[in-house]
Amino acid sequence: MYNEKVMHEFTNPQNVGELEGANGVGTVGNATCGDIMKIFMKIDESDVIRDVSFQTFGCAAAIATSSVATSMIKGKTIDEALKVTNAQVVETLGGLPAQKLHCSVLAEEAIKAAIHDYLENYKNKKGA
Amino acid sequence: MRKVYLDYSATTPVDERVFEKMRPYFTEVFGNANSLHGFGREGAKAVDSARRKIAELLKVKPTEIYFTSGGTEGDNWALKGTASAYSHKGKHIIVSAIEHAAIIHSARQLEKNGFRVTYLAPNDKGIINPETLENAITDDTSIVSVMTANNEIGTVQPIKELCEIAHKHGSLFHTDAVQAVGSIPVDISGWNVDLLTFSAHKFYGPKGIGVLYIKSGVKPDKIVTGGHQERSMRGGTTNVPEVVGLATALEIALSEMSENSVKIRKLRDRFVESIESKIPYVVYNGDRKRRLPQNANFAFEFIEGESLLLRLDMAGIACSSGSACSSGSLDPSHVLLATGLPIEKAHGSIRFSFGKYTTDEDVDYTIESVVKAVNDLRALSPLFSEFKGDKKYV
Repeated sequence: MYNEKVMHEFTNPQNVGELEGANGVGTVGNATCGDIMKIFMKIDESDVIRDVSFQTFGCAAAIATSSVATSMIKGKTIDEALKVTNAQVVETLGGLPAQKLHCSVLAEEAIKAAIHDYLENYKNKKGA
Repeated sequence: MRKVYLDYSATTPVDERVFEKMRPYFTEVFGNANSLHGFGREGAKAVDSARRKIAELLKVKPTEIYFTSGGTEGDNWALKGTASAYSHKGKHIIVSAIEHAAIIHSARQLEKNGFRVTYLAPNDKGIINPETLENAITDDTSIVSVMTANNEIGTVQPIKELCEIAHKHGSLFHTDAVQAVGSIPVDISGWNVDLLTFSAHKFYGPKGIGVLYIKSGVKPDKIVTGGHQERSMRGGTTNVPEVVGLATALEIALSEMSENSVKIRKLRDRFVESIESKIPYVVYNGDRKRRLPQNANFAFEFIEGESLLLRLDMAGIACSSGSACSSGSLDPSHVLLATGLPIEKAHGSIRFSFGKYTTDEDVDYTIESVVKAVNDLRALSPLFSEFKGDKKYV
């Protein structure tokens, strides 16, 4: 069902776990649907994502997309990260089964949620 | 890499002895069993003797044995065939909510065609209480269908009691015994069921062949129309090698059943005990006593079933996911949900099914691999760290 790249990312996921000192955290999905994705980011003063990690409850596709999506945005500015689309995540994975495409949407949403959290709860408060 | 097959409830390998008996019927005795010539008569002879053997083993009449393509066809025929043939009695049918898809989807199709269907809810262990049937059955119920043993959680149903209730109300009773035949005693005449379905590949026979037992006097409509095979009840060229395979597999399975079930139950019990002692936050789905000896089904909290299944697959272990995630649908198992298991736990459920070739070493290796895979996936799970109260990022 899954290609080798997806299985590889699922078996050896990158950027796993909670991130100490994260200043942007986004959680999307819910257990009832079978997927929860949580992304942690450490963003510096010039809005560059210095470090990023994830925790995911879900199927192999959800774990693989979390791994790839976090790798894609590491070292990018938040503006660049906001432009990452679910289609790019799928492309990086070399494709996903149709019924698993929602996992890539979840990854895009989790990135946006973490950046939103950073802007709302960290950057703005700090600036104020 | 070590390979461990723990999916015997999905299918079993063909026993070598069965395969040897089947072999000549592919190349030497190849005639169409319906042909009048000598080639055909040889095939017909093999089919007749297989039918008599099966009837003798099940203590029923040879004329009550109908060969089908397997469990799904048997279930379809039993339910749809009787619902339509007996619609003069009424257009109400009753099935359990935890039936195999072959029954559930047949029932849904009947609903579309104007039948009323009641889906009997099991208790939290997956057992259909006879009282539930008594409360649901009406004078216009034509047929009741409850499986002998459940394929996911292995729960064994009180078939005799359920069948009595059906008969008391003049309804027919069918049981899908696909998981039960060859594994636990199946007493067709003692239970007094009207129809019973089983399939050869669950007891070390070939895939693509099964039997629908139809009690004398019960006359479901045909589903597969065609030639005069199976006493004109089911068309299609008789699959001679597979019929021979089914009869041989049944004979072996029943003669070795008590020995095998003791061995398999022991392996299963040790596995269950180890998993429950080594892994916290595990729910053992189903009933501990009224259960097939080969079945173990767990909900591992905080993780999702498909991930666990694939991690184990990479360790060479084959099992099956209660989360239907891997089968194209995103809904978790209707069986687990019917027992009242919360949806997030249903997503994290896995079935291990043991067989006569399972060894102690297989079980040891699987225990070790499951512990590792569950720990790895829980380390990835936001639900688990929230549960533990780790909120370092706050």
